[in-house]
Amino acid sequence: MESAVSLKIKLEARFSNELIACELDRDQVTLVLPADKILSVCTVLRDDEQFSFSQLSDLCGVDYSAYGQVDWATHETTSTGFSRGRGSLNETTVDENKRFAVVYHLLSIKNNIRLRLRCFVTGEPPRIASVADIWNSANWFEREAFDMFGIVFDGHPDLRRILTDYGFIGHPFRKDFPLEGNVELHYDEDKKRVVYKPVTITNRVLVPRVIREDNRYVASEEEQNDG
Amino acid sequence: MAEIRNMTMNFGPQHPAAHGVLRLILEMDGEVIERADPHIGLLHRGTEKLAESKPFNQSIGYMDRLDYVSMMCNEHAYVMAIEKLLGVTPPIRAQYIRVMFDEITRILNHLMWLGTHGLDIGAMTMFLYCFREREDLMDCYEAVSGARMHATYYRPGGVYRDLPSIMPKYEASKWHKQEEVDRLNENRQGSLLDFIDNFSARFPGYVDEYETLLTDNRIWKQRTVGIGVVSPERALQLGFTGAMLRGSGVEWDLRKKQPYEVYDQLDFDIPVGTNGDCYDRYLVRVEEMRQSNRLIKQCVDWLRDNPGPVILDDHKLTPPKREEMKDDMESLIHHFKLFTEGYCVPEGEVYSAVEHPKGEFGIYLVSDGANKPYRLKVRAPGFAHLSSMNEMVKGHMLSDVVAVIGTQDIVFGEIDR
Repeated sequence: MESAVSLKIKLEARFSNELIACELDRDQVTLVLPADKILSVCTVLRDDEQFSFSQLSDLCGVDYSAYGQVDWATHETTSTGFSRGRGSLNETTVDENKRFAVVYHLLSIKNNIRLRLRCFVTGEPPRIASVADIWNSANWFEREAFDMFGIVFDGHPDLRRILTDYGFIGHPFRKDFPLEGNVELHYDEDKKRVVYKPVTITNRVLVPRVIREDNRYVASEEEQNDG
Repeated sequence: MAEIRNMTMNFGPQHPAAHGVLRLILEMDGEVIERADPHIGLLHRGTEKLAESKPFNQSIGYMDRLDYVSMMCNEHAYVMAIEKLLGVTPPIRAQYIRVMFDEITRILNHLMWLGTHGLDIGAMTMFLYCFREREDLMDCYEAVSGARMHATYYRPGGVYRDLPSIMPKYEASKWHKQEEVDRLNENRQGSLLDFIDNFSARFPGYVDEYETLLTDNRIWKQRTVGIGVVSPERALQLGFTGAMLRGSGVEWDLRKKQPYEVYDQLDFDIPVGTNGDCYDRYLVRVEEMRQSNRLIKQCVDWLRDNPGPVILDDHKLTPPKREEMKDDMESLIHHFKLFTEGYCVPEGEVYSAVEHPKGEFGIYLVSDGANKPYRLKVRAPGFAHLSSMNEMVKGHMLSDVVAVIGTQDIVFGEIDR
């Protein structure tokens, strides 16, 4: 099994012109790329003998617009009392260029190592080139990312929705899409068929989202920074 | 001359051979498939979005419901991802218990697969035999977790509790006479480990029975040999993993190649096929059941000799004992914090994969330091397998579609998520 460190060195040497960053965290390598370089880099990663990433194990979208946001800031709460944390969903202040990312997980059977690629995609809808011609398994994964996040993959052979209902509106895994959805189904006695209507349930947040500054991790991070 | 046109046929979503809610749009030229377009998503529950709204531990139960015939393996990938982010390692006994239950789960899954695959292509008896053995294994699930299927047994930092020292027994009732109950209880007199030991001694004989029925059966071979052939290169391109990849002759098993838990200390072999057809994949899976049985036996022997803790003693992560809470203030606080807020996981991202009975089951977990996952992506093996449906059935007859669905071991819980 090839070590992650040596893979990182090889990647940095080969893609010094293309890459934005190459990170090594928890023994896993992440290569951050600009979206326009994805096809050329992926082709090399698959075909070059020293990488031979013959399989794409996973491809998914990530919406970073609520990254680090909490429902319940604990620093000031004691003076003002606790509020039921709700409503922070729509206050997105994130940089639009860093909102959506496509994350690829590659596997090299020959070198027995994995690699993660991340591309931030911009625009509305966000666009990136499809890798379905490089790894055929990307076909459905890209359809899923399109369905869930609205990321458009240029050059995809058949970019349709895959998991949501026929005629669905919206992209459910975006952070500004409510957990309870927008519509619900019911059987209409008069029309004798199932129809959509606006959703009637509300989401109750039982456990607020919090970020604790845990001294165990703060200490270990400081050690890492020192060392 | 009459115009000859292809016929479009709708297969499913309510079809017994569709293994759940698969809707296939088949373009047919007579009996021959020209194109197959699977429509999925009829069981989409948005597990990944739901997980974002809950503390980490509350999503373990959702993992059971992904691939609902191999429950604990799903949990395993998820708790491993959390453990990697937290940087903790479960105690060695917990690792052995996990491996043992992973392998029990593998047998459960393969028995389900063998029974339904047989049923789909005309071997009714298999179904009854396989479900007979599944019953014993589900009793193991029940003994250890209280639930026959959706166990929620694995926790970050170990497993929920140690193996019970008594095996639950049948009781006489209006429908079951005392003699019948005594006979059923014969191998349940000791602990759970005794019961599993007894099962692993019996099981190879059962597999022989299955093989007697199928391996040289003329009808079985006519339905599976040369059907759905995939070359090793195509299998890699299409994202195949697990038995689907090994059936095509690629020797790749995460338990050997990227060992997790204690797989590197156990002795087992990886079966590999040569032709990449349905029959080879059948042989691979049957042999996997024998190898799983070997692993279970080794785990039972180790677990008998090595008592110890099964979950970490770190009460920031795992709940304290109920007795401690009665007279220890700190334990009470820990318990309260864990069950109201959960624990925060350090910032970072991780991909953890296990060799699931169906293939590589991966969890990509992004945490921003909160008590809930920021993003959870489930890499379901069946999703990649089903996406190759068009390629695998092209040129085959309609009845072979059923054989291909069977050989892909489709379960919609994980594909639709």
